[in-house]
Amino acid sequence: MAITTQIATQEAFETLQEPRSSSHFWRRFRHHRLAMVGLGILAIMILISLFAPLLTSYSPTAPNLAQTLLPPSAAHPLGTDDLGRDALSRLMYGGRISFLVGFGSTIIAITIGVIWGAVSAYLGGIYDRLMMRFVDLVMSFPVIFLLLIVLNFTGSHASVWLMVLYLGLFGWTGLSRIVRAQVLSLKNLDYVEASRAQGAGPLRIIFRHILPSAMAPVWVSATFGVGSAMLAEASLDFLGFGLQPSIPSWGNMLDAAENYIVSHPVLILAPGFAITLAVVALNFVGDALRDALDPRSTTGMSRIG
Amino acid sequence: MGRYIIQRVLEAIPLLFLVTVATYFIMNLAPGGPLAIYLHNPHVTQSQLAILARQLGLNQPWYVRYFRWLWALLHGNWGYSYFTGQPVIQLIGERLPNTLILMSAAFTVALALGIPLGVYSAVRQYTPFDYSFSFLSFFLWAMPSFFFGLLLQIIFAVKLGWLPVAGMYSNFAPPSILELLRHLILPTLVLGLGSLAGWSRFMRSGLLEVIRQDYIRTAEAKGLSQRRVIWKHAFKNALLPIVTIIGMDLPSFFGGAVITEEIFSWPGMGRLFLSSLNDRDYPVQMAILVISAALLIFGNLLADLAYGFLDPRIQYR
Repeated sequence: MAITTQIATQEAFETLQEPRSSSHFWRRFRHHRLAMVGLGILAIMILISLFAPLLTSYSPTAPNLAQTLLPPSAAHPLGTDDLGRDALSRLMYGGRISFLVGFGSTIIAITIGVIWGAVSAYLGGIYDRLMMRFVDLVMSFPVIFLLLIVLNFTGSHASVWLMVLYLGLFGWTGLSRIVRAQVLSLKNLDYVEASRAQGAGPLRIIFRHILPSAMAPVWVSATFGVGSAMLAEASLDFLGFGLQPSIPSWGNMLDAAENYIVSHPVLILAPGFAITLAVVALNFVGDALRDALDPRSTTGMSRIG
Repeated sequence: MGRYIIQRVLEAIPLLFLVTVATYFIMNLAPGGPLAIYLHNPHVTQSQLAILARQLGLNQPWYVRYFRWLWALLHGNWGYSYFTGQPVIQLIGERLPNTLILMSAAFTVALALGIPLGVYSAVRQYTPFDYSFSFLSFFLWAMPSFFFGLLLQIIFAVKLGWLPVAGMYSNFAPPSILELLRHLILPTLVLGLGSLAGWSRFMRSGLLEVIRQDYIRTAEAKGLSQRRVIWKHAFKNALLPIVTIIGMDLPSFFGGAVITEEIFSWPGMGRLFLSSLNDRDYPVQMAILVISAALLIFGNLLADLAYGFLDPRIQYR
């Protein structure tokens, strides 16, 4: 889905050429009720995961083999998992992993994608062709296959930071295409020409004059990208090629609970709905960003989603 | 148009060549290598290893090895599985059709339901149907496919017992088309519903944008029925961006297929890929990388051609 949204945002922004005032943007954004709901959900989920040590006294990792697979009770509202760990505690700590992976890998992807796309468009000619051919090449492979292969190289059970790195390294190509299209449409505008005439160097022109106006669709796409990265991480965990099983991530919880799907469905439902809720909230925000930044959205396009 | 098609095809060929280079490069980074299984064998001496490496051509520079591999690949020799010893092309030949069955079923469902639902949602904008369908598609889009698959298994296979939990054919009934279809339903839903949700939303917003244009108002002013305005005048133009999106969405079908096949024990290429990872079966991994990339390039080519077909204005630069 990530690519889908990137293309859509790219198309939505091809006409956008002048920077819009930020107050205008905030007014439109705040009017989007679902976006506010999304931000609220995200804030609550992130706060719970950050303050998990205050909210629960159980360890998310230490097994307690005397208390495996307990049904939900007052002491364990979601019961315990197959190693006797409190499911609610793991769920709360799991948010840290998911959000860290989602936001961390997206930051890497934005950094690479923006630089790659901007340099490619600014240099033009043979450089542009070569750099975009490389993007075509990476995008010719199903990303999950590449991720599975490199994760398998490094011994399958990755650390959180390695996961962040890999998802970032394989997630920037769509962004670079968006940035390239933006920079291409901006680089010959008069105000850029003017700063060039004043003797500004290429780096200054790209980073000071072009990119600030080119970033709007990047933020939209990146918002959806955070959700995609969270889904990818959970999928890799579930397939058994992701994070070490002891790490309390939502994907690992689902993977471990798969065998107890009938006897203890809550162990599946809780992390599953946690991921879904987080990604839905991110997509609400992304949708609102697109509406607020897209000048054509006065037509009511994709109002509620 | 003919020129456009030829240009697009000619562009795909060097890309396919680069795909093989990249595949070879990636797999060269793999730890171990073909002789890894002998490294800890006390009966294999260092000099024997050197002889083996020379026999297998491993002492050659990488570009020589690459071109020999490519040459063999082009001649249908895809190597042999490290794990089973079977020719890779035979292994793939057994699995690829099953994956293609699953993918085309999911693709058809996503297209045949997603597009009309998107149109209907746009025509009935701001009605309860529009709101509830939009909301539902948000959730389908965001739900991890393996979680969705597990839910469907619990509900329809375990609790209700309507459909088989997993597999492609039943162990207790002779293989038949009907059995295949019964086993196909849940995996198809898992693989297809995410795209259905995404495509219908883009169809909806695309159509909403088109029906606000002047030529649609003209058509309405002429007194044409709404059905005729939507399907005859607006639909084709609104479909254009969707074609691009569908083309770009194809990789998610591969990712989805790996997960879906794993959940439903579907004997396809995705599961072959996962087991080849566990077995460090590099020839199989290479073959699957090349084949999936080739299928993706082909899919994108088809999407480009469909675009050119739908939009007669398109000219190759």
